Amino acid sequence: MTNLYDQQKRNLSNTRLFIAGFVLLLVLVGLGADGVLYAGGFSPGIPFATLGALCFGGMSAWWSLHGGDRAVLESAAAIPLDPSDPKQRQLQNVVEEIAIAGGIPRPAIYIIPDSDPNAFATGSGPEKASIAVTRGLLEKLDRDELQGVISHELSHVRNYDVRLMTVVAALAGAILLLSDWSRRGLGWGGGRRRNSDGESGGGLGILFAILWVVSIVLAPIIAQIVSLAVSRQREYLADASGAELTRNPLALASALEKIAAAVEPTPSIKQGIAHLCIEDPRGRSLDQKEGVFANLFSTHPPVAKRIALLREMAYQSARP
Amino acid sequence: MAAIGGCLTLLVVIAVFGAIWAIWRYNNLVSLRNQVVNGWKQIDVQLKRRHDLIPNLVAAVKGEMQFEQDTLEKVIQARNSAVAARGVADAADKENALTQTLSRLFALAENYPTLKANEQVKTLMEELSSTENRIGFARQFYNDIATRYNTAQQLFPDNLIAQTFHFQQVELYEIKDEAERAVPKVDLNVRSDQTKS
Repeated sequence: MTNLYDQQKRNLSNTRLFIAGFVLLLVLVGLGADGVLYAGGFSPGIPFATLGALCFGGMSAWWSLHGGDRAVLESAAAIPLDPSDPKQRQLQNVVEEIAIAGGIPRPAIYIIPDSDPNAFATGSGPEKASIAVTRGLLEKLDRDELQGVISHELSHVRNYDVRLMTVVAALAGAILLLSDWSRRGLGWGGGRRRNSDGESGGGLGILFAILWVVSIVLAPIIAQIVSLAVSRQREYLADASGAELTRNPLALASALEKIAAAVEPTPSIKQGIAHLCIEDPRGRSLDQKEGVFANLFSTHPPVAKRIALLREMAYQSARP
Repeated sequence: MAAIGGCLTLLVVIAVFGAIWAIWRYNNLVSLRNQVVNGWKQIDVQLKRRHDLIPNLVAAVKGEMQFEQDTLEKVIQARNSAVAARGVADAADKENALTQTLSRLFALAENYPTLKANEQVKTLMEELSSTENRIGFARQFYNDIATRYNTAQQLFPDNLIAQTFHFQQVELYEIKDEAERAVPKVDLNVRSDQTKS
């Protein structure tokens, strides 16, 4: 049995590592701008653009941790659960059961009025988490399968994946925006540099400009690839730790089969929160493939592989 | 003089770090112990929930299950003796007996299609089966956290702190009754495919 507690600790330290990496990318984009400004003869004495970039990244991360969950739920048109409906009452019971198994408080539960089966969790940690499932999921899965899906989602909460994914998504977004702005500002900066070419070091300026252009082109791509890699890795982990909560990997495997069989995309769930879902809501065929390209650009590992791993877990625990 | 002063400073630094380490590990053990206590209480909360639900369920199915009065009687008796149980071992035995009578009741209810169609009974069955799951999961969580607490006390060097401050090993919840182990999983059949038809 893999040690879940070590895994959680590693997750927390990975979080710091990833965030350090993203901060480094922000600094790179900012420093590049500072270098160009400096070489262009504009020197306010402080690394103006770097501090600006860091503040911007920090603020967007802070904002998404303290209200990003509400924005995500609103964008999916999620409505609070209604316990008078038997199916939703059952969902509430299942969530409560798994929360007890994981020793965390019961998260807020939301329903997404969509007939395609899918589910996601959001929030900043076990104390402040929300879980949302589509109506289609409630209709298509039986109680055990529902338990499997909920245990997967609550594992995301319990392993601090929701927090990591929220911060990673916010920082990746900030890098994307800043790079975009920088690229737009390039024309203006270039014009300014030509004016002051005579006074300050042209060679250094060109070097900075090249570095900066490279960083604003590469940073968003790197940010995107890393955030997708984080997402895929967390899916396997959540499958495994979810199975550890219910001690029933086969139920999650059969739930995944049903979810994958419903190939239609989930229109209520927007592109931006695909990485939070149990299965990619865009219904793309990319996610069913393995390979360098698919591995780099999909939010989820192939379903077939996840199911095979879960089956293997069941087989191993069945042996004496 | 300077050398002695240096040694003294070093000793003080070591002592300060040692004290900080000891406080940190001590607090870790205390917080684990509290989680263990809380985990145990959670089992009690769910058992109480079960005790409260059973009379309602029995009242709801009584009319339909005329011929099973004996089983219903046994469930109520087992429930009452579980409520009245004193002490951990006694309570565990009584609760196990109650689990067995309940699964018998569930199995018998399968023979009454009108019961399965009854909304109130269905709701109660769902609540009760959820409670059974919660009891199981609460015990599982208790065992997980108790194992962590016990392991933390045994590992070096934390065992020095555990021994100095008399932390005790806690007992895990175990199923002692072989028959209980063999009880198959309750299938309530309140599933989407059947409820829709």
